[in-house]
Amino acid sequence: MSSVKTETIVSKRPLGTSISRWFGKNLIRIYMFFAFVYLFIPVMYTFVFSFNDSGKSNITWQGFTFEKWLNPCGAPRVCEALGNSIKVGLLATIFSTILGTLIAFAIGRYAFRGRSASNLLIFLPMATPEIVLGASILSLFLVMQVNPGFWPIVIAHVVFCISFVVVTVKARIASLDPRLEQAAMDLYANEFETFRRVTLPLVAPGIAAAALLAFSLSFDDFIITNFNSGTVTTFPEFVYGAAARGIPAQANVIASAVFFVALALVVIGQVVSRKRKVS
Amino acid sequence: MSVSANSARGDLKLTSVTKSYGDFTAVDDLSLTIPEGSFFALLGPSGCGKTTTLRMVAGLEEPTVGSIHLGSTDITFTKPYQRPINTVFQNYALFPHLTIFENIAFGLRRRGIKDVDESVNKVLNLVELPHLAQRKPTQLSGGQQQRIALARAIVNRPALLLLDEPLGALDLKLRRQMQIELKWIQKEVGLTFVHVTHDQEEAMTMADTIAVMNEGKIEQMGSPADLYDNPKTAFVANFLGQSNLIKGSITGNDGDSLIADLFGQKVSVPRNRSHADDASILAGIRPEKFRISLAQTPVSGNVLSGGKIEDVSYIGVSTQYQVMMPWGQELMVFEQNDDGVAPFQIGDPVNISWEPVFTFALHGDQDAEAGTEVVPEDLDEE
Repeated sequence: MSSVKTETIVSKRPLGTSISRWFGKNLIRIYMFFAFVYLFIPVMYTFVFSFNDSGKSNITWQGFTFEKWLNPCGAPRVCEALGNSIKVGLLATIFSTILGTLIAFAIGRYAFRGRSASNLLIFLPMATPEIVLGASILSLFLVMQVNPGFWPIVIAHVVFCISFVVVTVKARIASLDPRLEQAAMDLYANEFETFRRVTLPLVAPGIAAAALLAFSLSFDDFIITNFNSGTVTTFPEFVYGAAARGIPAQANVIASAVFFVALALVVIGQVVSRKRKVS
Repeated sequence: MSVSANSARGDLKLTSVTKSYGDFTAVDDLSLTIPEGSFFALLGPSGCGKTTTLRMVAGLEEPTVGSIHLGSTDITFTKPYQRPINTVFQNYALFPHLTIFENIAFGLRRRGIKDVDESVNKVLNLVELPHLAQRKPTQLSGGQQQRIALARAIVNRPALLLLDEPLGALDLKLRRQMQIELKWIQKEVGLTFVHVTHDQEEAMTMADTIAVMNEGKIEQMGSPADLYDNPKTAFVANFLGQSNLIKGSITGNDGDSLIADLFGQKVSVPRNRSHADDASILAGIRPEKFRISLAQTPVSGNVLSGGKIEDVSYIGVSTQYQVMMPWGQELMVFEQNDDGVAPFQIGDPVNISWEPVFTFALHGDQDAEAGTEVVPEDLDEE
């Protein structure tokens, strides 16, 4: 009797099964680890070399220093380029977000002649190779006898940012229950009040996401900018130009700082939305 | 802006209202008066046009033809926000970005009322959820959301409150409870409620008057008892509860009654319960009005003989029988289990009898199955 009992209690899983089980449980973690390593090695490299006590070139490790972080504008013209990129980015974001949101509402909400055509055309700038888009915009400016420079960059950026804004905001509008607006109208809100009190606040997260996307697209665009910038230099153009002579460590400092600002924004966003859910 | 429309009060009157979408007619020449202060139900299967009717009253759709009046004010083409009418939407449509308090205050604020606290708190107390004022809608259960949606509408004291399948998303037990509560709240606030539903039991529990709709038209309108005891069409007879409809013809007269021949057996039908205008009829009897007796037992009243028990289902409070009649039709009989008599067995030869006063007669040329095959599942009609 007792031997039968013991047997049932100590019955063991075969060795092969337990190993494959362990892999089944952990394979996704192992994969994730390597995927993140792959993704972040370049970022880590940039960050580490922002502390390099380098001279003109920043390719070999010369020793550790905080100097570049304390004086990020130390390299000639790097901060001017950064300033240009931020200015272009903000202006392009503002214009493309406003225009793109309006287009998204038009396409997402109203039936009109040429709606499906507009819907298709809005994707074109996204699908067109940047090199083609950049060259076309430049030739357009030249035909119109507009010299490349700051405002042409802004206009060119608005062109490709609009598409992304439209797509992002439209997705949010599509997920909006039209009955909420009907409920607002039912509760004595006229068309404008309904838009202001219900539609806009509910679409706002989509608009914010679109604006962030537009800014980051504009900020790191090189190809289209390079065609239309004339004598103005943006940060990506600066890095590209410097690469021939040796990128100063200050560029690493600025790139790292941008990365951490973006990271901080994401973390804050997560914390806020989690808090909101809890309360 | 349109202050006159917004302060309109009185009966709701729909006159020859038609709504078409291309070739499809959702609502077909509908005329209807809903008296002020009543609890009115529009009952019908999915796609019968009841929700479209409600949306036209709310101002969310415009009639293709016809007019809608509230009291003496024509509101046919006024905007939803110009009507003193509020809606409890099927999915509640609470504003997810606003607190419960602000949801309820929404209508008051839009009408320029500054001091909303007292009204909002009062209505929160009415629906017994004052502690949820600062929550967001997503933090509430379905039943709570339902009450807030109701509170958000009645706080405005509209001339008319529209309820679009308001209990459809709740489970059965909660639905029963809310039915009673809604009825109580309607009495308490004294507003006119127009309730759209596909659930006949819900309509009968709550409404003073029910209009049964089918294919864009009103089949019959009346009190729940009226509709149940004296239906005028096969659709109503089958959609509200269950009915046995037997083909027959009127063969004579006997004072206040008509004599009908049902497959060779004579029964009497009260004259005022006959809605047929020629000899061909469908004689209707509700299953619970039937009595079963063994073939040799003498019985009084209307009798149909020659039946045989086909099926017996014991369901506690009653026993349901299927009885096969000589002409090949199965009749349904519900017997209360209150007499201590052992149930009949399958195969027993039986007669079916009933009080003549319970018989109704319908027009003979309609489909006896109308309204039975309706599956009231799809809540999101139109």
